[in-house]
Amino acid sequence: MCQRRSGSTKRRQPPVDNIDRAIINTLQGGFPIRERPYAAAAAVIGITEQELIQRIERLIEAQTLSRFGPLFNAEKLGGAVCLCAMEVPADDFDRTAGRVNAFVEVAHNYARDHPFNMWFVLATEYPPDIAEAAARIEEATGYAVHEFPKIDEFYVGLKLDA
Amino acid sequence: MPEKLRATNFDELDRRIVVATQEGLPLCPRPYHALAERLGTSAAEIMSRLEAMVADGTIRRLGAIPNHYALGYRANGMSVWDIHDNELQTAGTTVGALDFVTHCYHRPRRPPAWPYNLFAMVHGANRGEVEEKVAQIADILKHSAGAHDVLYSTAILKKTGLRITA
Repeated sequence: MCQRRSGSTKRRQPPVDNIDRAIINTLQGGFPIRERPYAAAAAVIGITEQELIQRIERLIEAQTLSRFGPLFNAEKLGGAVCLCAMEVPADDFDRTAGRVNAFVEVAHNYARDHPFNMWFVLATEYPPDIAEAAARIEEATGYAVHEFPKIDEFYVGLKLDA
Repeated sequence: MPEKLRATNFDELDRRIVVATQEGLPLCPRPYHALAERLGTSAAEIMSRLEAMVADGTIRRLGAIPNHYALGYRANGMSVWDIHDNELQTAGTTVGALDFVTHCYHRPRRPPAWPYNLFAMVHGANRGEVEEKVAQIADILKHSAGAHDVLYSTAILKKTGLRITA
């Protein structure tokens, strides 16, 4: 019991039924912190503790859920995150993506359709490491890294409906 | 750059709790007891630490973390707006409250290449749906925004979370 799952097995997604939907839509926050939290959450949905646990396991295996647990605020943990963008010539894009992704500080990296065509998020445990990582990426790729640190965050609720 | 560093009372046990839970809670009837056993402390201690982290925002939320792509949100557009500085607070609050905006941030302009200072992420089933939602934002911001643009993602090149090492 209590095996942790990697969620990395690729699998065709089974259909999501109404109970799965209720789990996804009602449990995106506020999971109880008490002795038997799955039992308490399951009672609200109207299923058993065991069924809730099994469905969560299945939703993770199917990659409908990335995971089930806490979503941490990296900055509150003392870490730092910074959105960055680069303008990379098309014929050098793949090579550059490989070099950028090789940095452990790069948490996400997306290609986007704009002259600034590579957008990545640097995440480091210590704030001064952001500028240092950006400088090393410039050195490794030969392209300027534009930093777009968050100045202010506007509240958004929990919004992904299944 | 981050506006606030870690809470001063964040100690070694908190850090170990983060490491033990960042990939998920144990999926068993008494997950906090299972964590307590693994970390050599009491379930009451684990629960009070987690409650404190929820209360001070170290944990943004606790529960199901959906994969938006798997839920059918196949298109994601990063809409970016050039907002008059004195209207930024109002514009950001209004746009952030829209039910289809999943992230909304004030970020610096990088002139001349980048005049935009408000970023709002819009998810939809396809580009048409995203465009329709961006048009709604444009209508709301018509008196406070100059230029805007939408950058669609064309490929996910890498996706891992923040990883704190043990």
